[in-house]
Amino acid sequence: MQITSAGFLLFLVGVLIFYYGLPAKLQKPVLLIASYVFYSFAGLRAVAALLGSTVCCYLVGYFLTTEQTHKNQKNIKSGILAAGIGLHIALLGITKYLPVYLETRNWFAILGISFFTLQAIGYMIDVYRGTIEAELNPMRLALFFAFFPILTQGPIHRYKELAETLFASHAFSIEKLKNGGIRILWGFFKKLVLADRVAIGLQTLLANPEQYAGGYVLVVMAFYALQLYADFTGGIDIALGCAELFGVSLQENFLRPYFSKSVQEYWTRWHMSLGKWFTTYVFYPLSTSGWVTQLRKSAIAHGHRRLGKRIAVYVSAGAVWILTGLWHGPTASFVVWGLCNYVIIMISRELTGRYQAFHKRFPATEGAWYRGVQVIRTIGIMSSLRLFDCYKGVGITFAMFGSIFTQFSLRPYVDGSLLQLGLNGMDYGIILLGTLLLVWVSLLQRKGSVRMQLAGLPYWLRFILVFGLFVVVLVCGKYGIGYDRTQFIYNI
Amino acid sequence: MASALVAVLCLGLLQSLLMPKYMEGIKEGALISEYYEEERVAERKQHDVLFLGDCEVYENFIPQTLWDVYGIHSYIRGSAKQKMWQSYYLLEETLKYEKPKVVVLSTLAMKYGNPADEAYNRLTLDGMRWSRAKVESIQASMTEEESFLSYVFPILRYHERFDELTAEDFTYWGKRRLVSYNGYELQTGVKPVTEIPEAQQLGNYQFSSRSYDYLDRIRKLCDENEIALVLIKAPSLYPAWYEEWDTQMEDYAKRNDLRYYNLLEADIDIDYTTDTYDAGLHLNYAGARKLSLYFGKELQDTYGLTSRKQESKLAESWEREKARMDTELAKECAN
Repeated sequence: MQITSAGFLLFLVGVLIFYYGLPAKLQKPVLLIASYVFYSFAGLRAVAALLGSTVCCYLVGYFLTTEQTHKNQKNIKSGILAAGIGLHIALLGITKYLPVYLETRNWFAILGISFFTLQAIGYMIDVYRGTIEAELNPMRLALFFAFFPILTQGPIHRYKELAETLFASHAFSIEKLKNGGIRILWGFFKKLVLADRVAIGLQTLLANPEQYAGGYVLVVMAFYALQLYADFTGGIDIALGCAELFGVSLQENFLRPYFSKSVQEYWTRWHMSLGKWFTTYVFYPLSTSGWVTQLRKSAIAHGHRRLGKRIAVYVSAGAVWILTGLWHGPTASFVVWGLCNYVIIMISRELTGRYQAFHKRFPATEGAWYRGVQVIRTIGIMSSLRLFDCYKGVGITFAMFGSIFTQFSLRPYVDGSLLQLGLNGMDYGIILLGTLLLVWVSLLQRKGSVRMQLAGLPYWLRFILVFGLFVVVLVCGKYGIGYDRTQFIYNI
Repeated sequence: MASALVAVLCLGLLQSLLMPKYMEGIKEGALISEYYEEERVAERKQHDVLFLGDCEVYENFIPQTLWDVYGIHSYIRGSAKQKMWQSYYLLEETLKYEKPKVVVLSTLAMKYGNPADEAYNRLTLDGMRWSRAKVESIQASMTEEESFLSYVFPILRYHERFDELTAEDFTYWGKRRLVSYNGYELQTGVKPVTEIPEAQQLGNYQFSSRSYDYLDRIRKLCDENEIALVLIKAPSLYPAWYEEWDTQMEDYAKRNDLRYYNLLEADIDIDYTTDTYDAGLHLNYAGARKLSLYFGKELQDTYGLTSRKQESKLAESWEREKARMDTELAKECAN
């Protein structure tokens, strides 16, 4: 069930009626049943995987909790945890990576598996570490993993971040519906009006890369930058908005990432829950692990003091970026993408001192104009790196990137070629205005919640803005069967 | 509450703007809904003959001719690529308004065994008034990619027309004019037949059980209401009407004591160099007139339909219709 479909909206209304209509103690069972109904549209395999993951986490939590008095307690606990994590990695491996390795059709693909497996692994590690107590109420644990707004695309939550708000009883309020509804509408706008519109042009450009080299690659970068942002953040807006309808507050996953002044800052603003997960469960444990500590000491002992001070970060960050690349996709191009991010961030770290000296020498670079330069530079770097995701191959990505310089021509921008990509003038107009609207809302967001600012406006203006946005989504959204005069063959 | 009303009103206006008007371009989309205009006129309510089917009825038979020559009061509830199930539900709906003496059914649609042609579905279904018949017709017609909600709120289907709006959309925003002549779509052009596309060999010539099921339902509905059902195949040179199909319709008619007219073989004297506007696919006005003269005689002789020209109010309404058609004919000839 697509979250941007009319069917999903009807489903949501139905769940809300039961959620608030039945006694409060039934809210959690309602959400759990609704979540499994929602996920059943992804197929029985998906439901089985989710159920299996939940049972595994429950058992791990149970045994970690009860394994108190055995003299090899630590080893047994480690073994239990390793088994739980191993099962989830195996599940991920079989469903996501094995088909690619075997070059077979991905029959086993399971919607959302990359998200709920991380959430499950995080939960088990937190129980092992004692950060949280194991959840021994099976329904609550099942709901934590299955909560439908976040099941298929996150944000990825730690148990302690979600438990209180998810398991509390929530009274009905019009405010929740209004706020949640506005957020969902904003998500629909980004996804249906912008992301799905730009996707049409992008599809043409990527279907035949050799035909669309040179200046077209810059168009690919621009289109994908917008599509990925609008699609992902739009989906998250819908997820957070849906949760808000039920009174559940989720973690934000994006914080104006395109306002970042560096690649490092970008990754603190883009897909924040994933970054936090890798930091918490890979970076810190690895950087403080015995063998990395040993490596550090060994480097210092051999006179490489500078290297020794950095080695923990280098090794741990390298691991994080390789794993992040693999998490995004099971091919070499994603690993290379991850490593490119790693190299850029590490170089940037190394040059921190020089940057500071530069700014001190040229105080004018502390101004807003230079921040603008940094923002554009960061967008350029990230858009270039995303070409790996567009062209799906290391060689072709480098070749297409190189063609910007070797085959560049202004002609595609002026001879009407851009109107041959499946987008007409009106589409470009909508894309431009929509992008300006995104920027404007992001600027407003810097002052605080946009919905709070909206609430402070006169009623008539609020109505025009919200209803106007609804009409824009209804009319300009890319959904349903399009009207096409050429479908009519008059004489039959 | 006020804002909800304003919102609903705005959405209603927007929907009516975005829906195709079918007044100048694709007129076929207006045919189904025009029937309700007919039924509003008291003297025209009760028809002797109702035609059902696709373009083989609405471009080949002229109710005006049937009236002028035979005094037969008829109407064509045709639409583009009308499927058998759509014909059934249209008949079911029509019987809420009237009971004709004869129903003439085009059999070309027997070849469509499954829901298909979403765009053509809309031409038939969007024009129907909401009723149980419409709901069931939609459910029977929907292809996999369609949603029922898009029929309830057509803006979900036509929203993308916002960048295709033409003067026609604004001229006919909230108003309509009649585009057909009692369901007949006037065509005056001439395009002679030069060659007839070769008929493809089919793997299976058997009409589907689904088509037969709805044909049976039409037959039973006619029986229950004491309506004579007539099956016809119009004299279109293509798409091919295979002998195997013709045999099936002959057999069906024989088994059920019905008349079946294969008008391709009838002695109608159609000249395919002057009587067709699209090289033999459909007849133009001249050809349709010949066919209507022939068929009107058959209706009179076989089904005992007598002239109703003595009904003065009905006769006057037909005079007005004639004047309307003559005006259009004069305009077409001048062009």
